[in-house]
Amino acid sequence: MRKKSKRFKGLLVFILTFIMIMGTVSLTFAKYPSRPITIIVPWSPGGGTDRTARALAASLQKVMGWRVGVVNRTGGGGVVGHSATATAKPNGYTLGMITIEITMMHWLKLTDLNYRDYEPIALLINNPAGIIVSTKSPWRSYKDLMNYIKAHPGKLTASGTAAGGVWDLARIGWLTGAGLDANAVRWVPSTGASAALSELIAGGVDIATCSPLEALPLIDGNKARCLAVMAEKRISVLKDVPTLKELGVDFFIGGWAGLAAPKGVPESILRVLYKAVDRAVKSKYFKDFIKKSGFWMDYKPSTQFQDFLALQDTVNGKLLRTAGLAK
Amino acid sequence: MDGALWNSLVQLSHPFTILVIILASLYGLFIGSIPGLTATMATALLVPFAFWLDPVPALASIVTMQAMAIFAGDIPAAIVRMPGTPATAAYTEDSYTLGLQGKVRLVLGVDVVSSSFGGIMGAIALILGAPLLMKFAMQFTSYEYFWLALLGLSTAAFITTVSPLKGLISVLLGLFLSTIGIEITLGFSRYTFGSQNLLGGISFIPAMIGLFGLAEVFRNVRKKELQAPLAKIEKGKMLGPALKVIWKYKINTVRGGIIGILVGALPGAGADIAAWLAYGIAKKFSKHPEKFGKGAIEPIVDAGVANNSALAGAWIPALVFGIPGDSVTAIVIGILMLKGLRPGPVIFHQYTDVLVSIYTVFILANLLMIPFGFLAIRVSSHAMRVSKNVLIPIILLMCIVGSYAINNNPFDIGVMLVMGIVGFILEENGFPVGPIVLGLILGPILEQNLMISLIKSQGGVAQFFTRPVSAVLGAGTIVVWLLPVVSFIRRKLSVKSD
Repeated sequence: MRKKSKRFKGLLVFILTFIMIMGTVSLTFAKYPSRPITIIVPWSPGGGTDRTARALAASLQKVMGWRVGVVNRTGGGGVVGHSATATAKPNGYTLGMITIEITMMHWLKLTDLNYRDYEPIALLINNPAGIIVSTKSPWRSYKDLMNYIKAHPGKLTASGTAAGGVWDLARIGWLTGAGLDANAVRWVPSTGASAALSELIAGGVDIATCSPLEALPLIDGNKARCLAVMAEKRISVLKDVPTLKELGVDFFIGGWAGLAAPKGVPESILRVLYKAVDRAVKSKYFKDFIKKSGFWMDYKPSTQFQDFLALQDTVNGKLLRTAGLAK
Repeated sequence: MDGALWNSLVQLSHPFTILVIILASLYGLFIGSIPGLTATMATALLVPFAFWLDPVPALASIVTMQAMAIFAGDIPAAIVRMPGTPATAAYTEDSYTLGLQGKVRLVLGVDVVSSSFGGIMGAIALILGAPLLMKFAMQFTSYEYFWLALLGLSTAAFITTVSPLKGLISVLLGLFLSTIGIEITLGFSRYTFGSQNLLGGISFIPAMIGLFGLAEVFRNVRKKELQAPLAKIEKGKMLGPALKVIWKYKINTVRGGIIGILVGALPGAGADIAAWLAYGIAKKFSKHPEKFGKGAIEPIVDAGVANNSALAGAWIPALVFGIPGDSVTAIVIGILMLKGLRPGPVIFHQYTDVLVSIYTVFILANLLMIPFGFLAIRVSSHAMRVSKNVLIPIILLMCIVGSYAINNNPFDIGVMLVMGIVGFILEENGFPVGPIVLGLILGPILEQNLMISLIKSQGGVAQFFTRPVSAVLGAGTIVVWLLPVVSFIRRKLSVKSD
């Protein structure tokens, strides 16, 4: 009896060892992907970046045939999550969303991380900034507003994010682009676009420079008016609203989010990812999701995304220095 | 309207919708009763499913889930002194003390009934008063939020049981902790010592789990009789005694409901602040304020009603202006957009059937809360019978998992451990921990709105009093602060004249 159990144990050890070795062998030599993939989101659940990531994950899962999970690593004004992606093992199984903050945080000396710590995979959404005023205000057009600002520099206030946040950059870029001082409209910091919009309609601030896509209900409800969008071309939901470029200011900015991998992922794996993400982004599911969410899709595959990142980094750095925010 | 009501009832009585509502109820009860898992997270997880659902079941699942989660947060508070959601923090001390006295079923019964009543009051306010409440909320700018936060902090003075000085020290400790991290108005990082984890500040939920839950673990481990269960549970019915308590405190019920509705309608304040305010006001008007914090049932009624009545309120700015009242409604807006229903005044004209369905689900979910809630209590109150040497390791595990789950960041487990030790030491020396949590919640709101106001007015303070609502709130706060001083002087004078 005892002998039998000993033999059984020996067999068990052999089988388990075999399975273990085979497991590691298959992990090293297997085709990518051969296990679930995680996408790290540096912002909280429910936000624009998170919702985009979740839609992409659902679509990517179908393309790749493996589970794609989303994990929110929030905190530190986005630094924690961005750094979690950059420092993850570069094996293609941990990816992350990167947002415009990655081209701003290092100028603000919040972290040493910058866009060069990633392998860009694709830019996904880019919600343009707008110039939004209350319908109770006397300004019916961009020209009205500019005339007032020129006559009363420093009198009006604008809001949208914290100081040095993306919508603050929009204000700085717009005003300096129009040849004014950045402080011709003073910045009132807020915790986010929705807080700024409630201040706008309660009469607490004069202008919101956040994305008009977030203010659509207010614009429809005749509580707010969008005077211009800071996009390369007009956006379809607000066809009547001119771009800043049309108005003579060559400046555009948006809150964008894209997918990236940590630096050092092997070329062969990256190629698989480029292809899979391309198919996922072009799927009907993803396109529908983005369109119905009211986001602005701006798909740029890897190399284009890389160029976009380099340009954003320079432009945003310059804006932050102009405003005296870069340290 | 009649047609819309009929339509919505037809849609809601569809077997599939009913199945969704039942599943969402169970999901909400589960999420709410586990500290660290929040209604926000639960809603975000629902988003991919909501894409395939029709608008009515999709919204019904969120409404039901959220209402159940806020109630279920009361369960671990009463059993293991760990508030399941921040909205329960205000009355955790009272619930737990009553639980230790063997009244866990009574406490939780009152929790269910008050949550249900609060939810229904909130729904009625949403149906009848949405435009009016919206007008009220639209008066709120940074000046008004500043006063509201200050008024909320003043309640800390009322909620302290032992010595007001020790309570004040706890509030200040909470306020200090809330200053850690990047300050949003000027972008300075404070007390971060170069740590990127501290940039985002002390995460509020891990801190709360540590202060309440872990501190209690330490206290229990120090005691000898570890074989015994936490408390004996009394037998008998739950609904009857609970209804009796609510009837006895009917004024508290109405008052808590109104506070919840008003606070909930403000985009910058939610269920947690409503509960604290209701607690503070209940103490101010109570005949037995000395019992508060030591196992009083009265504030549980007030705050329990308030945190659920605040839920419906948060939908008002979301539906009318697309401005979310809290993080859950922020996700709701996203789901509405997915369904092609853009929030705004249009929704009130064009999609009345969807709107009426939302109203109906609010009432339905809060009625369902009573049977489901009692079921959850029946299951969970058995934990009180488990001997402590089994229960305590499980609580410790819950503390760790809960504080990790909120941000998926191991650093937060450290925050929880440190706050647990701090909470234990403070309480051993007679300092209450409730005010620390209050300071952590209100500190950022107070500071940000003060800074924003001063930036707007370029340093002027006149606007803190010239706007109509801010004048009322400001005057109210000053009266609250002056009352103790006046009564102190009076007492001195009367002593002299004797």
